[in-house]
Amino acid sequence: MQPVEQRDEVDMLSLMLLIRRFEERASQQYQAQKIGGFCHLYIGQEAVVTGAVAAVRPDDYVITAYRDHGHALARGTSADACMAELFGKETGCSRGLGGSMHFFDKQHHMYGGHAIVGAHVPLAVGLAFAIKYRGENRVTLCFFGDGAINQGSFHEALNLAALYKLPIIFICENNLFAMGTSVKRSTSLKQIVDRAEGYDIPGEIVDGMNFREVRDKIAEVADSIRKEPHPAFLEVRTYRYRGHSMSDPASYRTKEELEKYRLDDPVIRLRAQLTREGRLTHEQFDQLDKRAKETVLAAVKFAEESPELPVEKLHDYVYFNGAGP
Amino acid sequence: MREITYRQALNEALAEELERDPNVFLMGEEVAEYQGAYKVSAGLLQRFGPRRIIDTPISENGFAGLGIGAAMVGLRPIIEFMTFSFSLVAFDQVVNNAPNMFMMSGGQFNIPITFRGPNGPAHQLAATHSHATENFYASVPGLKVCTPATPRDAKGLLKTAVRDDNPVLVLEAELLYSSKGMVEPPDEELLIPLGKAEVKREGSDVTVVCYAQTVAIALKVAAQLEEEDISAEIVDLRSIKPLDENAIFDSIVKTHRVVIVEQDHPFCGVGAEVCYRIQKNIFDELDAPILRISQEDVPMPYNEHLEHAVLPNAEKLVAAIKQVCYA
Repeated sequence: MQPVEQRDEVDMLSLMLLIRRFEERASQQYQAQKIGGFCHLYIGQEAVVTGAVAAVRPDDYVITAYRDHGHALARGTSADACMAELFGKETGCSRGLGGSMHFFDKQHHMYGGHAIVGAHVPLAVGLAFAIKYRGENRVTLCFFGDGAINQGSFHEALNLAALYKLPIIFICENNLFAMGTSVKRSTSLKQIVDRAEGYDIPGEIVDGMNFREVRDKIAEVADSIRKEPHPAFLEVRTYRYRGHSMSDPASYRTKEELEKYRLDDPVIRLRAQLTREGRLTHEQFDQLDKRAKETVLAAVKFAEESPELPVEKLHDYVYFNGAGP
Repeated sequence: MREITYRQALNEALAEELERDPNVFLMGEEVAEYQGAYKVSAGLLQRFGPRRIIDTPISENGFAGLGIGAAMVGLRPIIEFMTFSFSLVAFDQVVNNAPNMFMMSGGQFNIPITFRGPNGPAHQLAATHSHATENFYASVPGLKVCTPATPRDAKGLLKTAVRDDNPVLVLEAELLYSSKGMVEPPDEELLIPLGKAEVKREGSDVTVVCYAQTVAIALKVAAQLEEEDISAEIVDLRSIKPLDENAIFDSIVKTHRVVIVEQDHPFCGVGAEVCYRIQKNIFDELDAPILRISQEDVPMPYNEHLEHAVLPNAEKLVAAIKQVCYA
């Protein structure tokens, strides 16, 4: 298994580009009505999940909320399987039965894709419980948004994780808005990380627009957890460029605010760092971007041409009978 | 066979499954050091240790969700609710996470979890603590619901539930914990399949469909009516979901008359589903309209006389049976 701290930064930049181009194409396909339901895009937040997976092992557990396309891609789910899921096709990562908000990939230890705000945080604690119960050396990464921190399930889960000293990193992707409600209007605390203190969980603030900072912090925390299981909390400050979902024009924030964050773009930032250090030329970057776009276009074609699950199989996905659907 | 209590039967089931499978653990409020709010888990902490018998804070949503998460990676949690009235605090986990995971992950994650604890009215616990939740949960695809009425069924159904690869709710009954019945000796494996009703008493004039606390009422009434030359067949559903409709039909084909006595509320209650299936499948077998006895459609009052008036009881059942028998 490759120690992740050494995972190639150019590869991770590629991954960020893949997520961004995937989301742009998903947006376009949504508008073309190829994708139904709700669709929440991750554009702007790419450095968070990319930094996180770069810091842990492939068999560590990852679980997140409904803005989950980036998490599946970062974990290793193919763009084909992700796009096919959005298209509701049998070749999708959840066979077209989960949709945008419910991406699952057992093989890549991606445990969803959960759409009730805060409801997956206890599940994440259960994953961490299983790690400790079996005496394994894994870590659970539990992602959620700033909107989740005012749900009862979140508080119950943090208390349980602290009480049982479970190996879990709570990663709050603070993008400043829970749908259209700013953190200032939803949360009594001045900073979200202080929630952790209430449960005696160590917490830190991380710049979520900076890939290296996210990666290094999560690597450090994961390392400490592997030595002695305990929960940790990171408030990762980030920003989503798009509305909450495809139907949200995000009129609750100013153009100036968005522009300010765009200047701090996580892709541009890592690119500049690598260029400055002589590890990436402009031509190489363009090549990476071109490849990402091609991968995503191929994924659209794959999704379009894939079959849907036949109606006759509908009842195979209600109860598990030991044989698998 | 030997006579043990419902409580002991559940305790044996837990101990045997914990012994058999290292992936099984028991978690809930007061299950370990306190030995169980109703002493169902008595002695298990001493025998299996704190790694597998785990006390929780009062956080039903949190620990129900923890169990589901642990089940996603192959553990087989038994989650105790001190009462299923408190499971309503965890409704989102039980209804939205446990049964949906298999479908929404495209079949990648089944959830082998057992939720258990007392369900239904006990005695003067008033509105918040008297919920009969079987009809709520049985209406959710992906959940299985069983309602043991005897020590033997309690043991056999709980053991089967723990081994099932899906979320199963074992709805026990507080008022039955001290009741006694004959159960196979511990060295004899007792597994009772989910979805299999049992004729608890044979009869020829009328079928009484019942489950959980209403089984004892039905048996008492059947004995009483024998003296009046009415022969009642008592069909204990044992599982609400899957529902053994064939056992119900077989009995009605014999008796042509049926009364359903259920412990939930009448509106969209278990009996409503049973009625629908009877009329749809064996309409021509019926010699009288189907009657249902359930709780009154009111929140449970504390006052003892009023509570009695709300609950299904022997007098109501006798009257209903006589009505369908035109006696």
